[in-house]
Amino acid sequence: MRRKQTDNTQESVRTSHLVSKLALVVVGMFGFGFALVPIYDVFCEITGLNGKTAGRATYDAAVVEVQEERLVTVQFTANNNAGMSWQFHPMVNQIQVHPGELTEVKFYARNPTGMTMIAQAVPSVVPFVAADYLHKTECFCFNQQTLAAGEAIEMPLLFYIDQAIPDGVSKLTLSYTLFDVTANFLNSSSNLSAK
Amino acid sequence: MLPMNKLWLGLGGLVVAAVSPAAMAAWGLNMPKGITGISRETYDLHMLIFWICVAIGVVVYGVLIYSLFAYRKSKGAIPASFHHSTKVEIVWTVIPFVILIAMAIPSTRVLTQIYDSSESDLDIMVTGYQWRWQYRYLTEEGEEVTFFSNLATPEEQIYNRAEKGENYLLEVDEPLVVPANKKVRLLLTSADVIHSWWVPALSVKKDAVPGFVNESWFNAEVTGTYRGQCTELCGQDHGFMPVVVNVVEQAEFDAWLAEKQAAAAAVAELANQEWTLDQLVAQGQTVYTTFCMACHQQNGQGLPPAFPALTGSAIATGPIADHVTTVLNGRPGTAMAAYGALLSPVDMAAVITYERNAIGNNVGDMITPVEILQIQAAAQ
Amino acid sequence: MATGHDDHHHGPAKGFTRWLYTTNHKDIGSMYLWFSFAMFLLGGTFALVIRAELFQPGLQFVEPEFFNQMTTMHGLVMVFGAVMPAFVGLANWMIPLMIGAPDMALPRMNNWSFWILPFAFAMLASTLFMEAGAPNFGWTFYAPLSTTYAPSTVTFFIFAIHIMGASSIMGSINIIATIQNLRAPGMTYMKMPLFVWTWLITAYLLIAVMPVLAGVVTMMLFDIHFGTSFFSAAGGGDPVLFQHVFWFFGHPEVYIMILPAFGVVSEIIPTFSRKKLFGYDSMVYATSSIAFLSFIVWAHHMFTTGMPLAGELFFMYATMLIAVPTGVKVFNWVTTMFKGSISFETPMLFSIAFVVLFTMGGFTGLMLAIAPADFQYHDTYFVVAHFHYVLVPGAVFSIMAAAYYWLPKWTGNMYDEALGKLHFWLSFVGINILFFPQHFLGLAGMPRRIPDYALQFADFNMVSTVGAFIFGFSQLLFLFIVVKTVLGGKKATAQVWEGAEGLEWTVPSPAPYHTFTTPPLVP
Repeated sequence: MRRKQTDNTQESVRTSHLVSKLALVVVGMFGFGFALVPIYDVFCEITGLNGKTAGRATYDAAVVEVQEERLVTVQFTANNNAGMSWQFHPMVNQIQVHPGELTEVKFYARNPTGMTMIAQAVPSVVPFVAADYLHKTECFCFNQQTLAAGEAIEMPLLFYIDQAIPDGVSKLTLSYTLFDVTANFLNSSSNLSAK
Repeated sequence: MLPMNKLWLGLGGLVVAAVSPAAMAAWGLNMPKGITGISRETYDLHMLIFWICVAIGVVVYGVLIYSLFAYRKSKGAIPASFHHSTKVEIVWTVIPFVILIAMAIPSTRVLTQIYDSSESDLDIMVTGYQWRWQYRYLTEEGEEVTFFSNLATPEEQIYNRAEKGENYLLEVDEPLVVPANKKVRLLLTSADVIHSWWVPALSVKKDAVPGFVNESWFNAEVTGTYRGQCTELCGQDHGFMPVVVNVVEQAEFDAWLAEKQAAAAAVAELANQEWTLDQLVAQGQTVYTTFCMACHQQNGQGLPPAFPALTGSAIATGPIADHVTTVLNGRPGTAMAAYGALLSPVDMAAVITYERNAIGNNVGDMITPVEILQIQAAAQ
Repeated sequence: MATGHDDHHHGPAKGFTRWLYTTNHKDIGSMYLWFSFAMFLLGGTFALVIRAELFQPGLQFVEPEFFNQMTTMHGLVMVFGAVMPAFVGLANWMIPLMIGAPDMALPRMNNWSFWILPFAFAMLASTLFMEAGAPNFGWTFYAPLSTTYAPSTVTFFIFAIHIMGASSIMGSINIIATIQNLRAPGMTYMKMPLFVWTWLITAYLLIAVMPVLAGVVTMMLFDIHFGTSFFSAAGGGDPVLFQHVFWFFGHPEVYIMILPAFGVVSEIIPTFSRKKLFGYDSMVYATSSIAFLSFIVWAHHMFTTGMPLAGELFFMYATMLIAVPTGVKVFNWVTTMFKGSISFETPMLFSIAFVVLFTMGGFTGLMLAIAPADFQYHDTYFVVAHFHYVLVPGAVFSIMAAAYYWLPKWTGNMYDEALGKLHFWLSFVGINILFFPQHFLGLAGMPRRIPDYALQFADFNMVSTVGAFIFGFSQLLFLFIVVKTVLGGKKATAQVWEGAEGLEWTVPSPAPYHTFTTPPLVP
């Protein structure tokens, strides 16, 4: 090398410092990709993005004031994911509730197959802005549902609409999709987190 | 074999398109204006931005082309030496910014309208399946109306063995029917992969995501038939799941809905009829073509390994109870879906009987709709 | 790290081992370029299968399932195999020459980052011959089509992506280290050629987003094989999350493929206009702004997935903003030509076509940014036309311009100007016949990624296919021209082009195996 040796050493020290920093960036960004998962969940809960609803809420009749003068229509729908053979539908298609009023509705599910199956219901609310104002105090979607062959069940859902729901929202739809998670549940201790 | 006249027609179209916006519609070159307030607003927005781009293009390309002719070395051009001007840079940063604000204002207005789905007159659940749409009318009373909308174009046309029809690939067995001048709200979801429901004339395109519900709406002002397609890659037959919407007058819609509700009630009735093997096989062929053929193929040979053959298979020629269980409940972990919730007992009995007595199988047994009902009940 | 090796006084080793063990930036650059051209032909072949099937309505040549494999492989091979390695090849060859460095900062890693690439693509391509077939879920591989519903070969796809990502990350680290540490004395940042500048920014984009891509395919791997539910609603995941993470990588990726092209064109236009680049500083700032904006616009690919109004508005405004710095760049190029002394050698022809046609892609990009209108454009051929205008007459034309521009420096021989011009005009005409009608197809309602279409789309599809074959076969002419130039031709001078400025033109043509072992003095 005709370059001076001192130059060279300096240069290689600088280079290895820089490379270490860049490698840190790479590792950090790989982690950031995974961090996007919880960030997205938090973001969804705050903004109601994708109609995701929050987890279990509490209801204190002494605190929650019922707005008798307002009515909000709540529509229920049920869907089966492909491969899910259960009969699954709401027992009432829609009801009108006052914001702040605790209401119970039931969904019907029946396992018509010859084997025990485990299902997970996933909720989704439209319009998205309404998702934040639907509070569930009890929901079959908080847990997996296990039904033996031929077994039927009426599953409760207890909810109330937040009094702060914007006036523009006169109707909201709460939709459930039922997934067959039997295989996941039996084969692995997977992260079937209750939603 | 190359139809040169068509080629020239196409090239001619390019030229026409470049000069005349009026001709665009006639040549099918531009976005349709559509039949809803939103679709017209969207069209106007599209044209506004198009013309702004044209205007900018004329200036930029004008200067560029002028320079290419005026400052040629071959014509002895001497290069100038300027290479910097903060003033000019600021000018051409600010002007585009102002133009963008002018574009953003109407865009924001239209977008806000699109997002207002409140006060709908009719709600319809749209569910995407590989590869068909299901429509469910969320009425407050009466029998629930649910049906699948399948591609109606025969395979012979797709494989060029028959003349292609006018609405090739854009025709379905049962279109979505909606009333005119009513706000129709769509709730979209999917049972498997992501699909996207699009009808250009309604200016509605929304993804159907498994596990989640999206909403969109339209208010169709003109009666007629409007066609669209799935626009999100959803697997093998993504190109073969069209959307057809019939917009009819309210009275006609009411009659149609009443008829569908009656038909839904009649399905249970039908299940109790006497059926012969030939009747079931004949009925089963239609069901097979609609629901099974895409994977298991017309001749039952399947597309192994993902989609096994039915001809001579252990299921389709073995004990009929296993066959019924497979079709009713699907095969977890494979592409075989559960059809118990999708097919009526009649269609279920028909397709199973068909699979055992056609497509190269000749078992000779049959199952009746009543037996299907019994099997479903017995599981209780 | 070594900045040279003790055998610098020798020429290259002989035989295949020269290429296998080489740490020479010129050898590695050449290998990258040849590899990317091979991938360009492979990806192009896939494209011709697609266009052949779409020549007429009805299914003629391939089944829908194979068609989906072709669209997927075309996208993956072109993005990761053709465009990105070509720019890395150019960077390897030219950055040390442009900044007066003897080699790349990390020569041994350089060898690695190239040699893992052929294995990645061999693995990806081998899936075509497997029973389950190649990946068929599009180059954007949206879950759950790419997870729960994917063919079993998806695992090979995931590992191929991991290797490509590793290669890109190593390449970028090397480029950053070279640019920041090996510049000749006097070569300050604001004196660096724009190609170096745009590559520096691109390399930072790469190390920021390639790990995110690696992350997203890793999550897929876990969902498929280890029972997690990142993208499955059943287990509390969300398929739309996939799209957010993918496009967080994917949008900067788009700029990764175009920023070095900006750099190339910013070198060539001044040379053949015989006038300094107008607004050098603003070019640097514009490039940086584009890179920054690329991180906050990703969800404009997802307008139809169902986002809250506020989200749609944010991503719409942010996307529209990109038009400003991009516009500045186009105005600067045009002003560079204005009052210049222009001659039309092949690199200049490709560069002018770049400015004209990239701007077309920019206009349609602006239209696509408008969310309400995007509901109509999204996932149609209008989008296909848009991004092909940006990537083919954009990125690919700039690579060809670069090849013609620096070929005399690399080989010492002038290419055949008449053949070069023929290649340009065939490509230019072919590309416009190929992609221009696709705007109309999209607006008229033809979705992308479909193997068959309604009759009203027949005429323009036929035109488009004719263009595709003209463009495709013209590239064999390019291969011929390059080989002919490598083998011989009129000897090139050191400066090669009358108006060329920069350190790379101070070394002889062909550039010796080792250059700038003593750093040059930059005035």
